[in-house]
Amino acid sequence: MSTNQAIVTRDNWWARLTRSKYFVYVLISPLFLILLAYVIYPFYQTFIQSIVGEEGATLENYKRFFGLTSTANLEALWTSVYISVISVITCAIVGVTMAFLMERYEFPGRKILSVLILVPMALPPLVGVLSFTFLYGESGILPRAVQALFNLEQVPFSLKGVVGVIVVHTFTMYTYFYLTAAAAIKGLDPSLEEAATSLGSGRIRIWLKVILPMLTPSLVASSLLVFMISMASYTAPLMFGVERTMTMQIYLSRTNGNLDMAATQSTILSIVSISFLILMRWYQGRRNFQNQSKGIGVHRTELRTQFAKYMSMLLSFVGVIILMLPILVLVLISFSVDGEWTIQIIPTAYTLEHYIDLFTDERTWRPIWNSLQMSFVATAGNILFGVAAAYALVRMKFKGKVFLDILIMVPWALPGTVVAVNLIAAFSEPTVFSFNQVLIGTFWILPLAYFVRHLPLIFRSTSAALMQMDESVEEAARSLGANWWYTFRRVVVPMVFSGILAGTLLAMVQGIGEFVASILIYSTRTMPLSVAIFQKMYAFQFGTACAYGVLQIILIITVLFISQKITDGKAGSAI
Amino acid sequence: MKNVRLENVSKMFGTAIGVENVDIDVKPGEFFTFLGPSGCGKTTTLRMIAGFYYPTNGKIFFDNRDVTTLQPNKRNIGMVFQNYALFPHMTVFENIAFGLEVRKMSKAVIREKVERAQKLVHLEKYGARKINELSGGQQQRVALARALVIEPDILLLDEPLSNLDAKLREETRIEIKRLQVELGVTTIYVTHDQTEAMTMSDRIMVMKEGVVQQIGTPQEIYNQPSNHFVASFIGESNVLDGEVIEIIGDAVKVKLDDDFYLNGSMNQTANGKKLVVGEKIKCSIRPEAVFEGQGTNELKGTIQLVEFTGVSINYVVEVGSNIMKIMIINKGNQILNRGDSITLHVPENGIYLIGE
Ligand SMILES: Nc1ncnc2c1ncn2[C@@H]1O[C@H](COP(=O)(O)OP(=O)(O)OP(=O)(O)O)[C@@H](O)[C@H]1O
Ligand SMILES: [Mg+2]
Repeated sequence: MSTNQAIVTRDNWWARLTRSKYFVYVLISPLFLILLAYVIYPFYQTFIQSIVGEEGATLENYKRFFGLTSTANLEALWTSVYISVISVITCAIVGVTMAFLMERYEFPGRKILSVLILVPMALPPLVGVLSFTFLYGESGILPRAVQALFNLEQVPFSLKGVVGVIVVHTFTMYTYFYLTAAAAIKGLDPSLEEAATSLGSGRIRIWLKVILPMLTPSLVASSLLVFMISMASYTAPLMFGVERTMTMQIYLSRTNGNLDMAATQSTILSIVSISFLILMRWYQGRRNFQNQSKGIGVHRTELRTQFAKYMSMLLSFVGVIILMLPILVLVLISFSVDGEWTIQIIPTAYTLEHYIDLFTDERTWRPIWNSLQMSFVATAGNILFGVAAAYALVRMKFKGKVFLDILIMVPWALPGTVVAVNLIAAFSEPTVFSFNQVLIGTFWILPLAYFVRHLPLIFRSTSAALMQMDESVEEAARSLGANWWYTFRRVVVPMVFSGILAGTLLAMVQGIGEFVASILIYSTRTMPLSVAIFQKMYAFQFGTACAYGVLQIILIITVLFISQKITDGKAGSAI
Repeated sequence: MKNVRLENVSKMFGTAIGVENVDIDVKPGEFFTFLGPSGCGKTTTLRMIAGFYYPTNGKIFFDNRDVTTLQPNKRNIGMVFQNYALFPHMTVFENIAFGLEVRKMSKAVIREKVERAQKLVHLEKYGARKINELSGGQQQRVALARALVIEPDILLLDEPLSNLDAKLREETRIEIKRLQVELGVTTIYVTHDQTEAMTMSDRIMVMKEGVVQQIGTPQEIYNQPSNHFVASFIGESNVLDGEVIEIIGDAVKVKLDDDFYLNGSMNQTANGKKLVVGEKIKCSIRPEAVFEGQGTNELKGTIQLVEFTGVSINYVVEVGSNIMKIMIINKGNQILNRGDSITLHVPENGIYLIGE
């Protein structure tokens, strides 16, 4: 009797709790806890490190950063900013011009170009920079070829320093402008332009008064994005030896043991990145999509004169070459015998050895296996977190949604270097969040870094799919007697599966290629693929480095292809 | 087959009112309809019965069991959604079987029950089809089969016909009614279409802006509307302003204009309300309750508009300061023209007196 009573009251207690309108906060608290542990707490630790000196809190580090006694930091900030601004401009010019040509004109070679134009997206940052140095660097193939051709004393040109960084940025990031501008141009009603022409407007006037205003939203959004990514760029400055950028300064401060300064620099760079993230969100929130009308087939203008045709053919050809060269050169060098390529234009001796080694030589295979494992662990975490967070944000009602949304995006906006510094600050000693373990130096720190960096990928792709799914389908399942969990498994997950898969694949390949955070926190026992590439490069084992690179590119292209197929391009891109 | 009882149920959305003080008692096996214009709270009430919303106030009972805050999956209800809400990743068979699988029935039983349900809605041959390979009407029937196959205590339908074209709507309407009568399941039906409500229901609840206006059989709602809103929302009605000037026994004399009077009866007032002399009231007169020619309650007017539908001749007539719609059954009468004057009369039982 009394036990019965107890059951009834417990039942009531549980029932009351689940029915309470505050129960939703119990459900979402794990999400906030994870963000607190692995995003906020590390960030906070870095901040603390930057303001705590020998005797208590001090702004000494910040004074030194902005002080004029040593201007290295201010120079770095300035260099980062101006590289970013120029990158935005060059990316915008290239991206928008390409979008216009591809969307508005029909010319020989357009089809192939429209596929290859996205090739830069398939280049992992490190591998991309690598192929650029092989191609256009001081001892690169092209400068040497020209030198040999004209019998010059020295190479006539080469990619280095700030210019090198900007060229690489342009090549890898113009796609952001290209994609948004192309989408906007597709939505442009051609009759608007025709109407303007019929009213007697000249071409330039049409551009200024009709087309540009309509492109503005996509241009602003892409500019903010490219600026943010440029500020975070680490690999390009590293490979082209530009030491005075924020990311490089952080790296150098750390390697010189100046941890307080590294923390200070990280905090300042974080603030810049997060401001840009919030600016971007604010802008996207108020931007209207009124001109995204679908179904209007933009008719492409055909080129009429013979001259224009030949010209365009030539330019398309050059375009294809430029786009393909980075990959081609990687493939070429991946077959070259290590150490044989010194002062020749292109490698002289070739072998299949590197590819065989990839999978048979324990030492070469090790980093691949490490990266696969670590990326797998991180992605598994990302799936759990991403799907739960997407469901919570799309389906549940609670206060603090915007805050949760921004918190999830923050790690993506933060430069990888900063993420690494934050994790070092937080997990160099035992904490509750690491179950009283020191994580630095263990296997777990890299998966954690990948998890944090790729936090929004699965979240975004799953949210997009969930938003397309009618809520009443879930209610139908509930009314048929299915409890929440059964409904989730049998109805929700299958319906958003393509979205989850797209994000998962992306997180997986990005994890395998991650370099920026890895280089700061990897331990020699679990060296990841990207760090291995970097080291092979410095050991002049170009062949092995490039074989690794080609492997990564194949992975990425496969994943992009599969995602395209499963989502029909429907579920919005994860970025 | 269960009885559904709502006791003073209200639902607030923040400070906005969804529905207020709904008090109904649906009998076992009854076909009960919520009728009202868009936004009046029909769906909100239905969703509280289904368990997707919890009432802010009041209680809900299924056969004396308090289910006010019971989870939706424990209520054994069948629900048909306006957009059908079928599972797009499953076949017709799998959709219908879903609720049975949840109940952990054996494969053989499931197969048998699903096949019977498919037969019931005439979809025997469609078991292997994907949902997107069905027409709207077929999807609707899958939704119905899926809700019925679990042998629900209560069937809830939220505007199930609104996505169908006119012809299919009529067919499906008859189909739903047939199934309901055959299975005898307590049914709550939501619609804003009065024809659907009138033809299918045992009883109707008319709602407006979250407040119940009247509950009654179709005849009661039609013949004895409780207020101006019900009178004009259900069917067509002439609602005329007037003033009570004389009461003798049950006879009530109402003045419309200076020289127009109507003689009504105290037996024909909304909610049995007792009228008093000098009271401002409204008189509801259905177009078909008005006859041509001389008789009681004679009115003279001028024809403003003539419509011939075949079954009937419809006139719009100016009577004093009022405009009245009149429907005369076509028995080969002569059709009058615009501008002609016409004499009309209204039998006492055609006048319904609605208090202000
Ligand atoms: N989730 C909600 N949050 C806030 N207000 C709501 C919500 N659901 C309904 N309402 C409001 O409650 C009122 C009743 O809505 P309800 O959906 O029940 O109307 P309805 O009678 O079903 O109308 P319709 O015929 O258009 O479906 C409306 O004013 C509506 O705006
Ligand atoms: Mg509704």
